[in-house]
Amino acid sequence: MEKIEKMKQKNLKSNLITYAIVIIAFAIMQVWQISGNLSSLLSGLLVPICVYVILALSLNLVVGISGELSLGHAGFMCVGAFASAFFSKCTAGIITWMPLRFFLAILIGAAAAGVFGLLIGIPVLRLRGDYLAIVTLAFGEIIKNVINVFYIGLDSNGFHVSMKDQFSLNMEADGQIILGGPQGITGNEKCSTFLVGVILILITLFIVLNLINSRDGRAIMAIRDNRIAAESIGINITKYKLMAFTISAALAGVAGALYSHNLSTLQASKFNFNTSILALVFVVLGGIGNMRGSIIAAVILTVLPEMLRFLSDYRMLIYAIVLIAMMLINWSPKALEWRERLLDRFFHKSAKEGE
Amino acid sequence: MSFISYLINGISLGSVYAIIALGYTMVYGIAKMLNFAHGDVIMVGGYAAFSMMMYYGGNPVVAVLVAIVVCTVLGIVIETIAYRPLLEAASPLAVLITAIGVSYFLQNAVLLIFGSTPKSFQSVVNLPSLKLANGALTISGTTLVTIASCIVIMVVLTTFINKSKPGQAMRAVSEDKGAAQLMGINVNGTIALTFAIGSGLAAVAGVLLCSAYPSLTPYTGSMPGIKAFVAAVFGGIGSIPGAMIGGILLGVIEILGKAYISSQLADAIVFAVLIIVLLVKPTGLFGKQIQEKV
Repeated sequence: MEKIEKMKQKNLKSNLITYAIVIIAFAIMQVWQISGNLSSLLSGLLVPICVYVILALSLNLVVGISGELSLGHAGFMCVGAFASAFFSKCTAGIITWMPLRFFLAILIGAAAAGVFGLLIGIPVLRLRGDYLAIVTLAFGEIIKNVINVFYIGLDSNGFHVSMKDQFSLNMEADGQIILGGPQGITGNEKCSTFLVGVILILITLFIVLNLINSRDGRAIMAIRDNRIAAESIGINITKYKLMAFTISAALAGVAGALYSHNLSTLQASKFNFNTSILALVFVVLGGIGNMRGSIIAAVILTVLPEMLRFLSDYRMLIYAIVLIAMMLINWSPKALEWRERLLDRFFHKSAKEGE
Repeated sequence: MSFISYLINGISLGSVYAIIALGYTMVYGIAKMLNFAHGDVIMVGGYAAFSMMMYYGGNPVVAVLVAIVVCTVLGIVIETIAYRPLLEAASPLAVLITAIGVSYFLQNAVLLIFGSTPKSFQSVVNLPSLKLANGALTISGTTLVTIASCIVIMVVLTTFINKSKPGQAMRAVSEDKGAAQLMGINVNGTIALTFAIGSGLAAVAGVLLCSAYPSLTPYTGSMPGIKAFVAAVFGGIGSIPGAMIGGILLGVIEILGKAYISSQLADAIVFAVLIIVLLVKPTGLFGKQIQEKV
């Protein structure tokens, strides 16, 4: 019993540190920005950083906690982004108070992505490992393609939908094109700010960390560690896997909503395979299942390409080399052994000197 | 008649997918890793053949051979530097992310060397096209050569894996690494050989792909790479006949979808068919059902 109490305290402490890191980072950036020393490049990155942090946290829930590989998280982000931007655009004249509209848009983005997560999850979670990964990849590509062929317009008669082009919508003169096929949704109002982003990060963290330390979270991790053992003690596998997957999809939808309200033009082609992969890179580099690591990795890897701009053409090449090197150093058993020996020798030496 | 012509085009595109998918499936079978850099090896093969033909006279046979050598060496180098240290890592995702890093690296290295303007690739095939049924049906030389090479590769590879010593070693390593090592098989060498063969095949696929679709950019390989990966899963990843049939089916579905349903939705249709197949047969068409033991 005492041991459990101790573990709980340790968890609580670790979680509080994670929250504190986010808040302190926010405060520092805010002070930096107000003092006017923040470069325009970096201040333009603040919201994207928040987007990627939320995306990384949501993917880590699937990859780290539930132990399934998802290669289509950009798809859920895409659903969230388009659902929320669509809502904002339609209700721009009805709900005039921007914060309320934005709040509702985020909720709708999360709900839409969550529903898609559930719909995809029910049949797909029967599959294992790499097969699950490939289906999520396929889903991400399908969403992108399907949004690219739809044209939706709104006029006094209601919605018009076409799959051909914007002229076949047959709208009245007061009509307005909302979704323009490959052009996506244009003329969005910029609602996302760094403050909103950080609040959303904190909410995401709260949801994820509480889930991990709850009865449900332990059930999910039990399934990850040994499915058969978990099943044999009466854990409902489908329910818990679906739960993790749906929550993760909804959080990716939140990231999408934040992303879409930061851009005036939203295109489906942005949510391609590379975005899903980028999120996976954050998760693996930060440590699978480690939420704090995901946050730090997402921040570093979003800022790194911009910091490397002085290398101009060599930028992405260096980025790739850094990525490979970091993976080799962090994961290769030989490198780990070597690092341990080095640390050991160092501490041993300093202990001796202390004598 | 147009249906038959679409079908043949589909089989031709599918043959390219199948050759790429063979590389995916062999590497997966033996190293249990998804090699996401495979698509970019195809692109490197395309560029190697392109520069041979552009800058050093235009003998297509030499160009193809050079492309194969370049890609084979590249495959071995990538395996040794980037993948081998991580094959025993705690999480299988580590090597996946490294593969993505290698993919970025190859794309950007080629981007630096050749620039981002698309290169127009001259077909390596100079055969006249075949006219059937009084000219109602034309099959281009490239299509014929693509399908023929796919068949040849399939036959040679199957014989190699089933009959030769190194092929047997490959099957043994993919079944049980530890036991294979105890039998005196050089496990690392066998894995390197698999990468070499897979990358050599990727070079052939790259040349054929660029001959059929003559625009070459540093990102040429990524979409065919993903599609071939899908094809490998479609047929049951790890299975060689599966990769072959998966690839050809995928090509046919893509071309027919483009022709009869919607050219923009063709990719979506391909992926939707994949999802349906996996839901009915969760390990692909020819995949092995692995029994879990408690």
